Amino acid sequence: MATEASTRNDSSVRTDPQWMIRFDKVVKRFGDLTVLRELDFHVRPGERVTLIGPSGSGKTTILRLLMTLERVTSGTIEVDGQCLSHMRRGGELLPADERHLRQIRKKIGMVFQQFNLFPNMNVLRNITEAPVRSLGVPREQAEEKARELLEMVGLADKALEHPSRLSGGQQQRVAIARALAMEPEVLLLDEVTSALDPELVSGVQDLLRDIAHRGDLTLLCVTHEMRFAKDISDRVLMFDQGQIVEDGPPEQIFSAPTHQRTREFLQAVLNA
Amino acid sequence: MIWDWDWTLEILPELLTQGLLVTLQATLGGAVLAFVLGLFVALLRRSRNPFVSRPVGAVMEFVRSTPLLVQLFVVYYVLPDFGVKMTALMTGIIGLGVHYASYTSEVYRAGIDGVPKGQWEAAIALNLPRRWTWISVVLPQAVRRSLPALGNYLIAIFKESPQLSIITVVDVVGFARELGSERFRYLEPMTIAGLFFLLVAIPASIFVRRLERRLGN
Amino acid sequence: MTISPCSAELPGTLGEAMPFLCEGAVITLQSTLGGSLLAIAIALLVGLMAMSGHAWVRGVARVYMEFFRGTSVLVQLFWIFYAMPILTGFQLDKSFAGILALGLNLGAYGSEVVRGAVQSVPQGQREAAIALNFSPYHRMRYVILPQAFVGMIPPMNNLLIELLKATSLLSVITVADLTYQGRLLVNSGSDQLIVFALLLLIYFLFSYLITLIMRFVEGRAARMVGRGGPGSGRRKDRRWSRRPVSPAETPSVEGAR
Repeated sequence: MATEASTRNDSSVRTDPQWMIRFDKVVKRFGDLTVLRELDFHVRPGERVTLIGPSGSGKTTILRLLMTLERVTSGTIEVDGQCLSHMRRGGELLPADERHLRQIRKKIGMVFQQFNLFPNMNVLRNITEAPVRSLGVPREQAEEKARELLEMVGLADKALEHPSRLSGGQQQRVAIARALAMEPEVLLLDEVTSALDPELVSGVQDLLRDIAHRGDLTLLCVTHEMRFAKDISDRVLMFDQGQIVEDGPPEQIFSAPTHQRTREFLQAVLNA
Repeated sequence: MIWDWDWTLEILPELLTQGLLVTLQATLGGAVLAFVLGLFVALLRRSRNPFVSRPVGAVMEFVRSTPLLVQLFVVYYVLPDFGVKMTALMTGIIGLGVHYASYTSEVYRAGIDGVPKGQWEAAIALNLPRRWTWISVVLPQAVRRSLPALGNYLIAIFKESPQLSIITVVDVVGFARELGSERFRYLEPMTIAGLFFLLVAIPASIFVRRLERRLGN
Repeated sequence: MTISPCSAELPGTLGEAMPFLCEGAVITLQSTLGGSLLAIAIALLVGLMAMSGHAWVRGVARVYMEFFRGTSVLVQLFWIFYAMPILTGFQLDKSFAGILALGLNLGAYGSEVVRGAVQSVPQGQREAAIALNFSPYHRMRYVILPQAFVGMIPPMNNLLIELLKATSLLSVITVADLTYQGRLLVNSGSDQLIVFALLLLIYFLFSYLITLIMRFVEGRAARMVGRGGPGSGRRKDRRWSRRPVSPAETPSVEGAR
């Protein structure tokens, strides 16, 4: 029989601390289209992983599943030992409710291709709003932290600007600061430089490189920039048709790919 | 028993025959007038002569910004002073038609604006006369685009036609008011009248929504 | 010396009519204001309900909207004022019945406006709010609604003018509004051409007033989300007229009334 305490919520019990992220036979279908087929992969805490592969191979879907923006069709995803789609209540496995999801989302941050800054708030509010509203951090403290982060991303003087007055590169830096303000353990980067003008790309990449090499953040990055992938990650996963076809350190994948599809893909990207 | 079923059954046939006929006449008459007049207004507002387009636009804005009821009074009470005599129903049809022309003209206008510029250019390239460009190229496309919105206004005219009962037209609601005042009891006739409008308007608006999706607006 | 437009000392029919019309105008404005507040409250509530995750909540909203958009204000007014008392044994005050009918009816159209505006906020905004771990309430309150607000204003402007126009129907249940006073004047022998012209003019001025207020609010709201602002090109070509009706919003808004 379950005790009083464990009936409440024992989803916080970590089953396997070895893995920060665990995909177990994950299937994701959109209607007739199967995007992920029985996908298995694990990421250690602090690992920096880049997902590459042709578009439509399911890379972005993986990030969106982790951010709980999509639901798995079948299989399980665990983050830091907690299951994303289900929660354990008194020995029973139930579909996750909002409270469970919010518990898990605390660990995860995401930076989007289109920045998605809130146009109804200035830069500072964009960064402080989430810590204040969803973590209950006092506003003053949140602002202090936000100014530090703005300093770090090189936009200390833009705190009171409106997002629409910033360049794409600056907006993306704010979005990065905004995600970091929530102090996530896992940071998801979804093609963060694809929407930027070419001359703004390197600034954002340099910033992310610094962030990647500084902390013990677990990083999951989807990108089409192979040099950036090489710089930022210590592991690269090559995707094709919802499956991992190759998995290894960047040096190996980029200089000596073993799989035919990886070679073709890299050829295509380099010649683009 | 609060609801009087005997009376309900007694008045139902009259309400839905006599009243219905008048409601339909008012709706269709008003709609035809609104659709035709609205098209003319839309064309006049497109006129290159600002002494035509501006005043027409201003008058329509005025009509659209003031209540149908007061406009009905004007047609009903004031026009006879100028020797224009007509039945209350006719008055109502003109009131509805002019009032809703101010809306339908906007619909046509948007429809005309929505015709791609390439169509005009193609017509010029084919050396079609300007008038013929309007008749054979622009208007057919514009009207087609306008159809769902016009359908919505047909429903709106139907729903607003009970205002005619205030200038003594005996439509479904006017008839219900007469029946109600005979017994000082409005529950049954008013409820029947209301349900009747619901029964027609809801399926009609679902139909228009379908039409909208089919025409891809 | 200036003479108030409501003064009885104005010459001829004007002096005869204006004191009464001004009295009526106050009632018209009160009814418009009361009806608007109720309509906006209902629009927000039902509009949000229409997007609920629970099917039955959406169902309730759907039924409400179809029901009140399926008949006109006049029929609803008659029903609330004349028929409902027999059913419930409870007679509403006529002004209250009027405001209730206006609010319920225009609120149904307004909820479509709210829903449309909320759904037009880019999906990325919702996703960013989820990624930042906002609660569903905070997502709506601090991220989605403030952005949706700007888009609601032009169609709401049209709805409020429809509501103003619909207040004239309250005269039928003897609420002493503008239209009622106008008819009274005509019945007691005032020049009907002048009286009706004055009526139309006053309604037109009120419509224009609503447009001015809403445009001011829109400018404010647009600046809050970093769009438009003073002197932005979009406003110039609108001149004094209301925004033209676009076919896209016609079914939900202007097909109204």
